[in-house]
Amino acid sequence: MEKGKFIKMALTGNEAYAYAMKQINPDVVAAYPITPATEIVQIFSKYVADGLVDTEFVPVESEHSALSACVGASVAGARVMTGTSSQGLALMHEILYIAAGLRLPIVMAVVNRALSAPINIHGDQSDTMGSRDSGWIQVYTENADEAYHSVIMAIKIAETVNLPAMVMLDGFIISHEMEVVNTLPDEAVREFIGDRKPLYNLFDFDNPITVGPLDLQDYYFEHKRQQMEAMFNAKKVIPEIVKEYNEKFGTDIPAFVEPYRLEDAEYAVVAMSSAAGTMKEVIDAWRERGEKVGLLRLRITRPFPYEELRKYLGGLKAVGVMDRAESHSTQGGPMLQEIKAALYDLETRPKVTGFVFGLGGRDFDDEQANKILEMVKELKDGKELPLYSFIGVRE
Amino acid sequence: MKLKSWKELPEGAIIPGSPTSGEVKTGDWRTQKPVIDFNKCTHCHLCWLYCPDTSVLTENGKITGFDYDHCKGCGICAEVCPPRIKAITMVKEEL
Amino acid sequence: MAKKYLEIRWHGRGGMGAKTGALLLGEAMMQQGKYIQAFPEYGPERRGAPVTAYNRIADEPIRIHYGIKSPDVIMILDPTLLNTEKVWLGIREDTVFIVNSGLSPEELKKKFNIKNKLFVVNATQISESIIGRNLPNTPMLGAFVKATGALPFDAFLKSVEERLRMKYKEDIVEKNLKAIKKAYEEVKEA
Repeated sequence: MEKGKFIKMALTGNEAYAYAMKQINPDVVAAYPITPATEIVQIFSKYVADGLVDTEFVPVESEHSALSACVGASVAGARVMTGTSSQGLALMHEILYIAAGLRLPIVMAVVNRALSAPINIHGDQSDTMGSRDSGWIQVYTENADEAYHSVIMAIKIAETVNLPAMVMLDGFIISHEMEVVNTLPDEAVREFIGDRKPLYNLFDFDNPITVGPLDLQDYYFEHKRQQMEAMFNAKKVIPEIVKEYNEKFGTDIPAFVEPYRLEDAEYAVVAMSSAAGTMKEVIDAWRERGEKVGLLRLRITRPFPYEELRKYLGGLKAVGVMDRAESHSTQGGPMLQEIKAALYDLETRPKVTGFVFGLGGRDFDDEQANKILEMVKELKDGKELPLYSFIGVRE
Repeated sequence: MKLKSWKELPEGAIIPGSPTSGEVKTGDWRTQKPVIDFNKCTHCHLCWLYCPDTSVLTENGKITGFDYDHCKGCGICAEVCPPRIKAITMVKEEL
Repeated sequence: MAKKYLEIRWHGRGGMGAKTGALLLGEAMMQQGKYIQAFPEYGPERRGAPVTAYNRIADEPIRIHYGIKSPDVIMILDPTLLNTEKVWLGIREDTVFIVNSGLSPEELKKKFNIKNKLFVVNATQISESIIGRNLPNTPMLGAFVKATGALPFDAFLKSVEERLRMKYKEDIVEKNLKAIKKAYEEVKEA
């Protein structure tokens, strides 16, 4: 493919996910439909029925079984993918840790959606924030185009470090929004990802192995230390693979974080996923008024990019961290706490406050974005702010 | 035995070279051991069938004895030996 | 904030195809080299319940992700929705109305006190007579192209044809194209 010669397609986030999966052509997909990720499974099963992929599609009766089937296939050396959302991810929870502990590079397309109760089908990040310590690489994408490219890159990243990876986009906001997606030709995708070279293969009958044995006080800790080595390795490998992808295809996708108008900024917000797009536009308007404000988009949260966060945020006077999820700790959303921890050791560090917004798919608009920027500016100017605030909720 | 460091272990917590269960000698768990009286044994193989540790040895259709490296001394063999035969008795392990 | 985007808001009822209409328009505009967004506002959708869908069209990538509060064009698939508050939110003096109705533009203006530029087409009658049921979304697109001149009509027809062909049988595609053409010819301005 000639660099930058994309095939433009009008796709929703779900369509972009499914199309990337079609081009990846995994050996096995086991999945169970759930709103708003249903279309991923629906469209992909159509590709299977139409003979457009070679994938063995395993329809199952629950997400717990879906990921269990993925684990089984991956242990046997297959390239495996799945997709889910919200309650489905929650039901997969115990298997998430097994996939990571067995070092299986399963790639999962996740559509972020609020968790019950109350029942809600719309976009927030409580589902994947609840899986952040499961041992999976976690990538949060801003729009359908980035989700498409990120899924393809995730295959190579996961299979290089032998850890599972989940790629996220915002439920409905992106999953059901049609946008222009710069797609690659099939052969470019397949050439980039190559073939999976598994760590081990249960179907190698000449070299029999036992997978998933009991591991007690004598060895469990060593295996967990080893698993962490893979995550340390991911910090090194991810920027290399993202760079290789960008250079090869002419995309401009950041690795861990995306700094936006931070050059001479005095204060900034940290945002993720689609909210970051809205925030960029509002920051442009503030910049036009001469405000020295910028944005750091946090794209990958596992492994956690504390060096990058220190580099870009360390010299600022004030930072506001936006969380589209609650941690229920009473000290703010999950990313607020992790970012504060990352900055703690610096000799001079910015004042930091947090914002929980957009729960249950509450529209995050320019008004709320302005409110957040006003508050971070006040923090910069010396005003005392609470540990964190709720934005867009009726008082 | 020196335990391996995390750098020396195979990744993914697998065990290579299966099956490896034979390497674990469970015979020293025993407090009683089965002893067979071949004058009484009819070679019905019930003990062989029920042994949970596949530790009853057989050759050409005849029971030949026990694998004391792996027999844990549970006594199931003696229990299932038919009442009119009772060829297997459990005796205390001597040091 | 400078107006970088053409913003279109659709109001219909579940089953009328507001979302599909927005997607068809989005795809057609992309083929004109534009950046687009097309998305519905999902609530507890059922056939008959009010549905809102949105389009943004621009010359550069669109970064914002929220509902359209002050549309440039408003597409009303069911005129009874003009009685609902939601339709009137953020309407500016220069917002263009395109309404599916059997009434004349003058009658409609009077009835709902519309002071804006207004285009009217009887999309329900067109779709019922050609397609066989009330699917006003495609004829409304014909009216949109005529009213706004946002893209050449031929290019639009070609794009819709390609998209529909991926999903529907030949006669359904033909009927939809016929309905679009009829609406394009019949739309009235006031």
